[in-house]
Amino acid sequence: MSKQEQHWEKTRGLLFITLAIWFVFSIGIFLFGAEMQESNIRPFGYPLTYWFTCQGSLAIFVILIFWFAGRQEKIDDEFGFTEREGEQ
Amino acid sequence: MIKGKFIDNLPKIYGIYTGGFLVFIILMSIAENAGMSKELIGIFFVSFTVLIYALIGWLSRTLQSDAYYVAGRQVPTVFNGMATAADWMSGASFVAMAGGIYFKGYGYMALLVGWTGGYVLVAALLAPYLRKFGCYTVPDFIGTRYGGNLARFCAVLVLTIASFTYVTAQINATGRIASVALDIPFNIAVYVGLASILMCSMLGGMRAVTWTQVAQYIVLIIAYLLPVFWISSNIGGGFFPHFMLADEVARIAELESQFGLGTDAMKNSAADMATVPKGLAQITKAHSEVNATPWQFISLAVCMMAGTASLPHVMMRYFTTPSVRTARRSVGWSLFFIFLLYSSAPMLATLSKISLLDPNLATGIIGKSVAEVQALDWYQNWNQAKLMFVSDFNGNGTLELNEFFMKADAVVLATPEIAGLPYVISGLVAAGGMAAAMSTADGLVLAISNALSHDIYYKIINPKAETAKRLIVARILLVIIGFAGATIAALEIRDILGSVIWAFDFAMSGLFFPLVLGVWWKRANAAGAVAGMLLGLASGTGYLIWVHFMGGAGFLGITASTFGLVGASVSLVAMIVVSLITEAPDSATQKMVDDVRVPSGKTILGKQ
Repeated sequence: MSKQEQHWEKTRGLLFITLAIWFVFSIGIFLFGAEMQESNIRPFGYPLTYWFTCQGSLAIFVILIFWFAGRQEKIDDEFGFTEREGEQ
Repeated sequence: MIKGKFIDNLPKIYGIYTGGFLVFIILMSIAENAGMSKELIGIFFVSFTVLIYALIGWLSRTLQSDAYYVAGRQVPTVFNGMATAADWMSGASFVAMAGGIYFKGYGYMALLVGWTGGYVLVAALLAPYLRKFGCYTVPDFIGTRYGGNLARFCAVLVLTIASFTYVTAQINATGRIASVALDIPFNIAVYVGLASILMCSMLGGMRAVTWTQVAQYIVLIIAYLLPVFWISSNIGGGFFPHFMLADEVARIAELESQFGLGTDAMKNSAADMATVPKGLAQITKAHSEVNATPWQFISLAVCMMAGTASLPHVMMRYFTTPSVRTARRSVGWSLFFIFLLYSSAPMLATLSKISLLDPNLATGIIGKSVAEVQALDWYQNWNQAKLMFVSDFNGNGTLELNEFFMKADAVVLATPEIAGLPYVISGLVAAGGMAAAMSTADGLVLAISNALSHDIYYKIINPKAETAKRLIVARILLVIIGFAGATIAALEIRDILGSVIWAFDFAMSGLFFPLVLGVWWKRANAAGAVAGMLLGLASGTGYLIWVHFMGGAGFLGITASTFGLVGASVSLVAMIVVSLITEAPDSATQKMVDDVRVPSGKTILGKQ
């Protein structure tokens, strides 16, 4: 397998992990909205589903993107595909 | 010239700008105490900020195509994040979203999840690859990746329909705010809004829009957060509302059941409702209860997420970063800056509701006498603007929950006054709403006119046109599109939030899969992409017409707000089937896709 194919394989792997986490917090948990609302876990005292829609999922997305960017940069570095300064 | 130095000095320049704006707020509050009238405060806030944006627009004027189309590709990560956040957060986010949550609760909070979750898709699936491509516009990517003018033209078509639906809503929002703040009729205010939008974008294109959007973000975030924090400490909710309003949320649920929300006594007769001005609503849904089925919630969230990843005015912001790496990080910063406002919207809805409902607060109006409420200064103002209404339906002299009506768009603008804050905050909020709507309208008008001037005029009609001529065409188109948008906005066909949701569905129907598969599936070819765009757009639009205008029942619980699901599914199937039964893309195209996937090396298109 060429260097480029390996790079793409890893990139794709990272994509699937990222999309899986994304799926859980944008779709997965809201399948159980009514059940979660009844739960005793109450972040900052808010009902759980309410909290996830207001803050929880949103904050997780922000962290997820920065984590993804960091991992992707590592993959690019590993194969020497990182851009050089001033390159267009 | 100033350019190199200007980029280096960005933190200092915007720091001074922010400080200056805070000083302006303080000066206005001193003026209010000295007896300046409300009208004058509103006029000062809106016109002062708009003039600053116009000044930035004028300073950023350019005659170079690289600066006009992609701001010279040198916008630093964090600043591009701010500009994207302003570009993204429209009148719908600023003016209408908290209102939607106020009235519909959980069901509408799907918008919060959808409008943030979409950025994960942008970061992982598209933005870095389109940046590597080095295109000027989104149709530029489609046209080059798939090859042929037909694919390019289809992309422009989808882009224009989606963005135009969106932009009319934004011009509508600027008009609404300008008409309240400047006290002029709505159909004139729409053109005042348009003039301000054009001043920011016409001379400098993307470069001007970038630097005004950063300035607009600073104004809009201050204007949104300040009242939230202020009201929260005023009513004893805590100094940091986001972590401390749980008691208020619980209190609202208590009050809602005390006032009989959802019982038959709360239903108004048709004759009574006929006296309520059009578009105004009473609270019908509980504040924090889960009141939508999982499918209702998820389908709306999915449409907004896929729409986010397909809306060209957002995508083109990532063409302005210096590199692929910065494009990726910039998406994270964008979402961070958006998060600051979005996580505050439900808090604002909570504070607004408790201020109106709680009889223990001085501001609570439910349970007071109707005559007393009608005599309130703020009530009279908003009633006059046809955004608020009370009526004693049962004739007992006391205001009940079902006797108070408000337009969703008014919640954010009216809350500071309702909660008893000084009027200077209302002026600030008006300026913030204006900034939000203007920044998005700028991005959208530019996206449309750039696609028409670059992809239709330059790439298809007249490939030999000189730069100067191309930029003149771009500017003429900008003005024409702006006027068309304003004219339609003045007709007020649909409310702000409704048309914005449609725009996402249109974009998702036609562009989501052609964009994503363009990067992630080498086998996708021109015939498949054209089929995907056209059939997706046609089926989505058809479903919308059937459900919304012909009273059709729809299927699978897909509504007029989620018709993108139909469009995108058809688009995906059509694209795969047609691609597979036609010839695979040639080796040059395959090589191009390989190059897009690697961050280093030259951009595909090079300098245009």
